[in-house]
Amino acid sequence: MKMHLDEKIWLTLSFGIIMIFMFITGYQAFALDMAPPSNKEIIDPQKVDQSAPFDQPGVKQIGENEYEVVMTLQVFSFNPGNFEIPAGSTVHFTLTSKDVVHGFEIAGTNVNAMVMPGHIQKITQKFDKPGTYLVLCNEYCGAGHQAMSTTITVK
Amino acid sequence: MQTVNSFTLNDKANKAMGISKEDAVLTKSYIFVAFAALLLGGILGLVQGLNRSGLLELPSWLNYYQVLTAHGLLLVVVLTAFFTIGYFYASLSHTLGGLLPKVRKIAWIGFGMKIVGFVLCVVPILMNEASVMYTFYPPMAAHPAFYIGLVFIALGVWMCCIGAFINVANWRKNNKGLHVPILAYFATGVFILLFFALIPVAIEVLTIIPWAFGWVKTINVMVARTLFWAFGHTLVNIWYLTAVSAWYVVVPKIIGGKRWSDTLTRVVIIALVIMNITGGFHHQIIDPGIAEAVKFMHVFMSLAIGFPSLMTAFAMFAVFERTARKQGGKGLIGWYKKMPWGDVRFLAPFIAMVAFIPAGAGGIAQSTNQLDQVVHNTMWIVGHFHLTLGMSVVMTFFGISYWLVPYISKRVLTPQINKLGVIQTWIWTVGMIFMAGAMHWVGLLGSPRRTSYTTYGDNATALSWDPYLMCLAVGGTLLIIGVILQVYAVINMMFFAPKGETVFPIAEEEEDAAKTPYWTERWGLWIVVMLLVVAMAYVIPITEFIVNAPPGSPPFKTW
Repeated sequence: MKMHLDEKIWLTLSFGIIMIFMFITGYQAFALDMAPPSNKEIIDPQKVDQSAPFDQPGVKQIGENEYEVVMTLQVFSFNPGNFEIPAGSTVHFTLTSKDVVHGFEIAGTNVNAMVMPGHIQKITQKFDKPGTYLVLCNEYCGAGHQAMSTTITVK
Repeated sequence: MQTVNSFTLNDKANKAMGISKEDAVLTKSYIFVAFAALLLGGILGLVQGLNRSGLLELPSWLNYYQVLTAHGLLLVVVLTAFFTIGYFYASLSHTLGGLLPKVRKIAWIGFGMKIVGFVLCVVPILMNEASVMYTFYPPMAAHPAFYIGLVFIALGVWMCCIGAFINVANWRKNNKGLHVPILAYFATGVFILLFFALIPVAIEVLTIIPWAFGWVKTINVMVARTLFWAFGHTLVNIWYLTAVSAWYVVVPKIIGGKRWSDTLTRVVIIALVIMNITGGFHHQIIDPGIAEAVKFMHVFMSLAIGFPSLMTAFAMFAVFERTARKQGGKGLIGWYKKMPWGDVRFLAPFIAMVAFIPAGAGGIAQSTNQLDQVVHNTMWIVGHFHLTLGMSVVMTFFGISYWLVPYISKRVLTPQINKLGVIQTWIWTVGMIFMAGAMHWVGLLGSPRRTSYTTYGDNATALSWDPYLMCLAVGGTLLIIGVILQVYAVINMMFFAPKGETVFPIAEEEEDAAKTPYWTERWGLWIVVMLLVVAMAYVIPITEFIVNAPPGSPPFKTW
C-alpha cells in the first residue's frame, strides 16, 4: 500500500493523540476517582417506597461536613426537594426512579447522572461555594418535564 | 463471456445516455420524499426553536414534545434514510450498468413499506399518543401502532439493503476479479452497516410491542436502551459515510482533480464498517449498572472511529491542494484561491467538511467518560448533532442534490439555481453557526435538551440562559429560509429546469495509481471482524443487564 511520508506523519500523530487522550481519561477515571457515575445496585422499581433506603428519603448527616441524600425521582419532582446544606460539605446522592427514565443534573457543577427505574445510582459532590443551586431533570420524562426541578441551598 | 460483454455495453450505453427511466423514477421518488421531510421537519424545527426561546407559546392542541418527536423522526429518520437510499441506488444504477429489474422491484416494495410504516408512526404522534421522541426509551410507552410503524420502516430499509446486495453480487459474478466501482463499494459498506445496525433495534421493538399491548407486564429498560444505541449511533455514521462517499468520489471531479488513493479510500470504508456499531455505548456513559472498566473500554471503541475520519481529513485537503497547484495555485495556502468557490456543488460539501472539524472534535470530547458527564443531555449535545448532521451531512446532501436531481430528471443546473444554491449555502452556514454555537455554549452552562421553554420558577441560573436561547431562535429563523430556498431549488431542478443531460460526476484515479489489492473485496471477512468487535463490546454488558436484571418496569404514559 503506497502512502506518502507526510500522511504517515499525520496518521502517527493522530494515533498518538488518541492514545494520549485515552491515557489522560484513564488516569483521571481510575487514579483521581473522576469516573462517571456507574453504581451497580438494583431495586424493584414498583416497590421503591417499601425498599430501604428509599422508604425514608431525606437528608442525613453522616459525618463532619458529610451528608447523604437519599432521593427518589418521579414525574415531575425530586423527593426531598429544596433542602439546605452548609458550605464545604460533601454530599453523597443515592438516587432511583419510581417511574420512567430521569436525569439528575445540578447546573453549574459536574453532577450529571442518568437515573433509571430498577437501578440505584450514586454520585458525590463537594459544595464549597454558597448559593442556590438549580437541580433539574435533563432526560425528557413527560408533559411536565420542563417543570421538574428543585434547589439546593448552600449556606 | 457473453454476459460480461453485454454488461460493458450496457455500462457504456448507460454512461452515454444517462440513467434509465425506471431507475430515475425510483431515485426521484426517494429524493422527493427526503426533501418533503426536510420542509416539514424544518417548519417544526422553527416552531420548537421559537418556543424554546420563549418567543412563541404553542396552542393547547399542540404540545412541544409532540413537535419535537415529529421533528426528530422526519429529519433523523426520513430525510436521511430516503436521501441515502435514493442517492446510492442512483450510484448503483450508474456504476453497475443499471439496476436489475428484480432489484428495482425490491426497492419499490421497500419504499412502500417505509411509507406505510411512517404513516403508522405519524398518526399516533399527531394524536399525542406517541410523544416519546425518536429514542422512545421504555418504560415510556407509546401507542402500539407507533412501534409497528417502526417495524415496517426497518423492514423497508432491509429490503433496500438486500436489493443493493443482489445488484452488487450480480455485478461481481459477471466481472470476476474486478474491483467493485468505488461508489458501489461505498454503497455496499453503507448497506452492510444499515443491515446489521437494524438488528438490535428490531429486537428492541419486537420486545416492546407485546409490552405496549399489555400482553407482557414488564420490560428490561437497560437492555432496551442499549439495543437502541447499538442502532442509534450506527445510523449517525451511516449518514456520515454517505456524505464521505461524495467527498472522496464526487468533489474531486467537480474541482477538476483526481481521486485520492483507491486503496486508502477502501480501507477507510472497511474501518468505518468494522468499528461503528460499538460506538453506541458512549451514549450510556453516565448510566447506572455498567462497570467503570467497561465504560473505559468503550471510550476506546468510540475514539477508534476518529482514526478513519482523520485519514479522511488528510485525504480531502491533500486532494484540494494537489488539484489547486496543478491549476497554478501558489504559496503555502495561496492555492485555495484556485478552488471553484462559486460552484455550489463544491461550496456546500466543502463547508460541510470544514464543519466536521469542530463537530468531530466535539464528538471526541463528549464520548469521553468525565467530559461527557459535563455535557450529557444538555443543549451541547443538540448543538453537536446540528453541527454533524445539520452541517457535515445535510450540506453534503444539498451539494449532491445540485447534480443528482438534474441527472435523474434529465435537466440541467442553471446559473440562476447555482447562484441560489450559493446563497442558500451561506444562509445555512450562518444560521447553523448561530444555532449550533448557542446550543453548545448554553449546554456547557447546564441548559437541558428536550425541554420546552421554562425558567424553573424564575430561577436566576435558568434566566441567565435566555440570551443564548434567543441566539438559537435567530439561527433557527435563518435556517427556515435556507430550507425554503433548498426545497425550491430541488423542485425547480426536478420539474422546471431546462431539459438536458447532466453527468454523474465520478473522479478518476491518478494515472500512476498503484493497483488496489484484492483483499479489499473480501466483505465476508470484514463482516466477521465487525461481528467479533460487536461481540467484544456488547456481550459482557448485555449479559450483565440480563443476568443481574432488576424486576422489570410496567409501561407509563407521562404526557
